[in-house]
Amino acid sequence: MPDTLTKFIFGRLTLDSLPLHEPIVVATFVAVALGGIALLGAITYFKLWGYLWREWFTSVDHKKIGIMYMVLGLVMLLRGFSDAIMMRLQQAIAFNGSEGYLNSHHYDQIFTAHGVIMIFFVAMPFVTGLMNFVVPLQIGARDVSFPFLNNFSFWMTVGGAILVMASLFVGEFARTGWLAYPPLSGIGYSPDVGVDYYIWALQVAGVGTTLSGINLICTIIKMRAPGMTMMRMPVFTWTSLCTNVLIVASFPVLTAVLSLLALDRYVGTNFFTNDFGGNPMMYVNLIWIWGHPEVYILILPLFGVFSEVTSTFSGKRLFGYTSMVYATVVITILSYLVWLHHFFTMGSGASVNSFFGITTMIISIPTGAKIFNWLFTMYRGRIRFELPMMWTMAFMLTFVVGGMTGVLLAVPPADFVLHNSLFLIAHFHNVIIGGVLFGLFAGIAYWWPKAFGFKLDPFWGKVSFWCWVVGFWFAFMPLYILGLMGVTRRMRVFDDPSLQIWFVIAAFGAVLIAFGIAAFLIQIFVSIRKREALTDPTGDPWDGRTLEWSTSSPPPAYNFAFTPVVRDNDAWWDMKKAGYTRPLSGFKPIHMPSNTGTGVILAAFSVALGFGLIWYMWWLAALSFVCLIATAIGHTFNYHRDFHIPAAEVTQTEEARTTLLVAQG
Amino acid sequence: MKRFGALLLFPLAGLLSGCDLVVLAPAGDVAAQQRDLLVVSTLLMLVIIVPVMALTVFFAWRYRQSNASATYAPDWDHSTKLELVIWAAPLLIIICLGALTWLGTHLLDPYRRIDRIEPGQPVTEAHKPLRVEVVALDWKWLFIYPDYGIASVNELAAPVNQPIDFRITSSAVMNSFYIPALAGQIYAMPAMETKLHAVINRPGTYSGFSANYSGAGFSGMRFVFHGLSDQAFEQWVAQARTASAALSRDNYLELEKPSENEPVRHYASVDPDLYGAILNLCVERGKMCMNEMMSIDAKGGLGLAGVHNTLPLQYDKLARRGAVFGNDPSYVASICTAEEAAAAARAASDATPANWPARNLSPLRGAGLLRPGTESRRAEADTPSLGLLRREL
Repeated sequence: MPDTLTKFIFGRLTLDSLPLHEPIVVATFVAVALGGIALLGAITYFKLWGYLWREWFTSVDHKKIGIMYMVLGLVMLLRGFSDAIMMRLQQAIAFNGSEGYLNSHHYDQIFTAHGVIMIFFVAMPFVTGLMNFVVPLQIGARDVSFPFLNNFSFWMTVGGAILVMASLFVGEFARTGWLAYPPLSGIGYSPDVGVDYYIWALQVAGVGTTLSGINLICTIIKMRAPGMTMMRMPVFTWTSLCTNVLIVASFPVLTAVLSLLALDRYVGTNFFTNDFGGNPMMYVNLIWIWGHPEVYILILPLFGVFSEVTSTFSGKRLFGYTSMVYATVVITILSYLVWLHHFFTMGSGASVNSFFGITTMIISIPTGAKIFNWLFTMYRGRIRFELPMMWTMAFMLTFVVGGMTGVLLAVPPADFVLHNSLFLIAHFHNVIIGGVLFGLFAGIAYWWPKAFGFKLDPFWGKVSFWCWVVGFWFAFMPLYILGLMGVTRRMRVFDDPSLQIWFVIAAFGAVLIAFGIAAFLIQIFVSIRKREALTDPTGDPWDGRTLEWSTSSPPPAYNFAFTPVVRDNDAWWDMKKAGYTRPLSGFKPIHMPSNTGTGVILAAFSVALGFGLIWYMWWLAALSFVCLIATAIGHTFNYHRDFHIPAAEVTQTEEARTTLLVAQG
Repeated sequence: MKRFGALLLFPLAGLLSGCDLVVLAPAGDVAAQQRDLLVVSTLLMLVIIVPVMALTVFFAWRYRQSNASATYAPDWDHSTKLELVIWAAPLLIIICLGALTWLGTHLLDPYRRIDRIEPGQPVTEAHKPLRVEVVALDWKWLFIYPDYGIASVNELAAPVNQPIDFRITSSAVMNSFYIPALAGQIYAMPAMETKLHAVINRPGTYSGFSANYSGAGFSGMRFVFHGLSDQAFEQWVAQARTASAALSRDNYLELEKPSENEPVRHYASVDPDLYGAILNLCVERGKMCMNEMMSIDAKGGLGLAGVHNTLPLQYDKLARRGAVFGNDPSYVASICTAEEAAAAARAASDATPANWPARNLSPLRGAGLLRPGTESRRAEADTPSLGLLRREL
């Protein structure tokens, strides 16, 4: 019975599942395959596999994991942005009877993939990467609480990204919008693999995100340097703490709701179906109970970045540290009380709608206080307009507009006319690009010298900055206007020709942003080429204020030869003013965690498990699940978990730095 | 004048004069009030946003590094007075906005009957609301006029200055019913009913659409909305009555199948129980209506016997496949015919019990139910009820 055998081995995967009929996808596949072969060939040719495996893939060093998260975010940004520019092109040309160049099967996957990728595989890895790299350094720790778990979390995030990328070439992605509302995402209306890719990619990545949240909470609570009380923590650490509390409290809801959807799809339960007592509104509530805190998960760490940057580049203590901390905590709590504002139009009563509308508005009070705090940090400062500060200025001028339209959407009667319109799209891109993205670029420019020992090239940085900022305004202001013209989101073709000019302007903006991304990549490339000229031997290129600037750039594996003692919330600034001198002798062996490949292996089995479940290859799912559990148990018998860096090696490293500093004068 | 206020929002006012900002210049009173709230809220927030943006630019310029004449106070990081101001200022704005929101949300609740036709013209006894039942189908809109016994696809008409009561549901997936010129949107959801009350004040042709993505044909899920004078509306109704088609249950099941970019279509008559059957997911014969199911459950349910009261599903909107490990797709079989159920539902909404039809409640005959007194399903095998239902399908 070869047919039965084929079905057993491949499940529902057949040759027809490959999108050979979509020329755009085929061309993309060829390009990606050629690029991939070139990359793998180069790695093999330069014999880098061993190096990558030993020094990076299996590394439990929070700095290297942080950098790998950033690389993942950057790669996925290119994918997510390709989706964006394809959508912009489609909407700019699909007028006057033209169908554009994308059919609905392809277009609907693109807008779903764009949302999913940008939130889960661009913004989340960037934010997690930044926290991973910076937090232990800021609190004077040598690593996170659970270094192996950190490596495992990273690879699970990669695993989710691999599943999403696989859907481009094997089968298809969901055609449901990025939150996959049932009944559309149920088995009755989406019988194909798209929604299953969505579910398992997010489930695999979600494990990573949740564990990394637990890890960072433990790190911040338990591993602060002596003297660093909670109210002496740098603001970025505070915002990271709040973000991770949000992650740990909200991601299980996502896992649960996606599990329920998976049960509906796989075993015929009726949680969210139309028939048999199911209720799709329950899904909408649950997904937003995760989804609203998620946007604060993204933005809070960047509020921390802006605080650090403003204070450093104004050469001044942060204004209103205490109120800043309380504002962050208030936002954290309130972010759980507003989820219903995403569906005022689902028919809740007026009292329920006004409750959630008003709680939403209340969030703008602490957020407003934060803006004022940054403003008064600049007041009577000496502001240096280096790249991170430029991004911060762009943020302050852009984000307030997004905040304003957000509060507007929180007024239920206004939301009735703007819900799901392009006005809403403009609003959340205004806060996510203007807040999260600008903050990430500020953070990258700010901490790059710490990670690599040289600054980023300012010229290409400024090119990227202006392209992004101007591109953003061109791309999204027309969307505000289109929203007021009553144009709704996720449309593929239009019949009103007067709209076209605005979509053309928006597409132009997207092209400018494309230049911004290109300039950013060129900036990285040029900076690496010119690293000698841009070098920073001091480890403190910006006259920094927090502990990460007290160690060398890049920091040694152990971060700090001696754990610093903290007396003030700008700890390093205080040390510099008090005439701190680096200890030059008396080094002791340092206890460090060992690298392990278990994280990579576990994540690989998780991807296989997900793939098996998506394609109904039950043997693969069962086998990889058994291997997953066996590997996890096997790892508990690994007793080679730690080692000591000998005192002689520490002395050598520190002496090398002394030489550098002396040469610097 | 109101339009002028709205245009203040954008420095692009001149450029914008050429386009139709329907949300800011609607033709219905409800949408106009929503617009007013939108404009007032924006102006209220600009009170704080504009100074913040101006201060940002000013501080950035004043305290730039090259300006050595500016005061430099590196350790100044606290001022109780200033803190009070920066928390109080947004708080005051939000108190005003919160009050506006509370009032506006209650006054403009789509479930609330409108109390004015236009500013200064309250709704009186003379204004008899036009009832319209709206069904979002894959991917077109069905409008049923119960008062006139007619229906239309992708075309809606209403007389100006007369309240319209919409009852809204969907056949398959979530949609959102939105006519920007008339009033704000509300979701259309399967097996659930939402309501919208509105009025159109200016005659004209407006566009309406689904504002919630619902699948492949979503972009084409648009309809025209005609605001007509009373006379023109009567003509429209008369013209619809001349249509050859009638909207029976069978025709509805044909119409309901997914299709894209449907042309406008009229039905001269409509099965009076159709909307209720759509809402309760029981247009197909032999399928138990949701309201029946709920009232059975409310009385304690059918117990374990109810588990067997299902029939295999022959047809669904898409080629329905069941969950891979689940049972075959099935539905709950009705224990009375759809007509009986509808008649009972009509009767139940009648307040006087004397008007209720006499019903023979025993024995209860579900498709897979055990008859009272029988011991096993086997004994049921040749009872007529199962075969009867199967044949009806």
